[in-house]
Amino acid sequence: MKKNSLWLCGLVVLLLLGLAAGCAKKQAQAPQTPSPQNKTVILSSTTDVRDTGLMDALIPVFESQTGYNVKPIYNGSGQAIALGEKGEADVLITHAPSAEKPDVDNGAFINYQLLMHNSYVIVGPPDDPAKIKGLSSTDAFKKIAKAKAVFVSRADNSGTNIEENVIWKQAGITPSGNWYIKSGQGMGPTLLIASEKTGYTLTDLSTYLAQQKNIQLDILVQGDKSLINIYHVMQVNPAKFSKVNADGAKAFEDFMVSQAAQNVIADFGKDKYGQPLYYADAGKSGS
Amino acid sequence: MSVIGDGMIQAGRLLISGDPEVLRITWRTLQITGTATLISVVIGVPLGVALALRKFFGRWLMVSAVNFGMGLPPVVVGLFVWLLLFRYGPLGWLDLLYTPGAMIIAEAIIAFPIVAGFTLAATQAINPKMRFQILALGANRWQLLWLLLREARLGLLAAIIAGFGAVISEVGAAMMVGGNIEGLTRVLTTTISQEVSMGDFVLAMALSVILLLLTFIVSAILTWYQQYRRQPQ
Repeated sequence: MKKNSLWLCGLVVLLLLGLAAGCAKKQAQAPQTPSPQNKTVILSSTTDVRDTGLMDALIPVFESQTGYNVKPIYNGSGQAIALGEKGEADVLITHAPSAEKPDVDNGAFINYQLLMHNSYVIVGPPDDPAKIKGLSSTDAFKKIAKAKAVFVSRADNSGTNIEENVIWKQAGITPSGNWYIKSGQGMGPTLLIASEKTGYTLTDLSTYLAQQKNIQLDILVQGDKSLINIYHVMQVNPAKFSKVNADGAKAFEDFMVSQAAQNVIADFGKDKYGQPLYYADAGKSGS
Repeated sequence: MSVIGDGMIQAGRLLISGDPEVLRITWRTLQITGTATLISVVIGVPLGVALALRKFFGRWLMVSAVNFGMGLPPVVVGLFVWLLLFRYGPLGWLDLLYTPGAMIIAEAIIAFPIVAGFTLAATQAINPKMRFQILALGANRWQLLWLLLREARLGLLAAIIAGFGAVISEVGAAMMVGGNIEGLTRVLTTTISQEVSMGDFVLAMALSVILLLLTFIVSAILTWYQQYRRQPQ
């Protein structure tokens, strides 16, 4: 009987040690560089800048320079913006200007600055059953709907989804039917679904390049003016949300539009994909 | 199929070379799941035993609640905990969202009904005559409790293993309240989910192999204790 209780105690001690080690570790993680008062900055952004690795290239630089601790939360633009609207985040990087605008107008977001852009492309099966290659995005969508070719939509209120809806609207079509598939997921999984079902989809170029090895889809439509994907950085208004880390957010935004960060953005991906994934735009006006 | 093979090879490489990020994530997984399991056991076992041994008004309702809790969808728990802990939520002032603490809370909530349910079943399965026999031999309340727990040892260990299993396999709630933040709340399951989303299947498979190894080792230890000196009767 004594042996059993000994083992049980041993197990409990082991688990408690784990707890203690966890607490010690958390304390040891405090940065040694400049120490701002409120160290945590919550960034609400989108999965594509995570998946390409751009944020992983930029955030550590910011953290070591300023001593802030960035907590990035990645979702689709819709949810990223919603988090900002609740004051749950301090600073946003999103790419759905039409969804961002109402919040800029009503003052929920301030310091709305152009950050960078890349492009969307329409991809599809190499044999292109709907014959959309080289057409404009609007015409391509019209042909896909007419042919009832499989089209996979993210249907998740992301920036890409919002852009897709803009193009459907321009084409004057409300897509519905068995051919129009709604994945409700991020770009990566959506591309996989499109590849499996040999269908078409709208994607940002960066995620497509990152997923290329896993899918059999070709770029069929690109370069269209409506296919430009514009990223802005903005702060959540501290006047409206008292718990926002205003100093941290401003520091982060200043960093993102600084020449150093813009250079990182402009060079990003060139060595891996042979072309830049993003075009740095801070300080430029218009679109 | 080659993804599985490549994944296993990469898992070996990551472990042998001691890839720091993978080791950090694995250790963090162990810490968070260990703490959550501990809490769920501390709450669940007494709850299960009390429900098994005591008669009180509303007992049936509580037992139903525990059994209902065993089937509680983890993603629903994640949503509830998120709503409790976000900045403008009732517990927002605790500043717990997107920390390991939030993950531990959510996972403990998911696991304790499971532990309680199994404990309840195991304790109720003890022959009621045994209770009288122990009392007849002169045991006090605490000795009675200890001996009954020993009798129910098989079921109790199953309860702990089940609780641990629920906690270490959790993805949705962990992602929602933890945020999968590098260096802070990233654990094996959320990383696997992210790598799949990013299209790196081989790395996802490698991490899966490591996760399975981790789960197997802990389960094996618990199983050994469960089956120790247990001769087939």
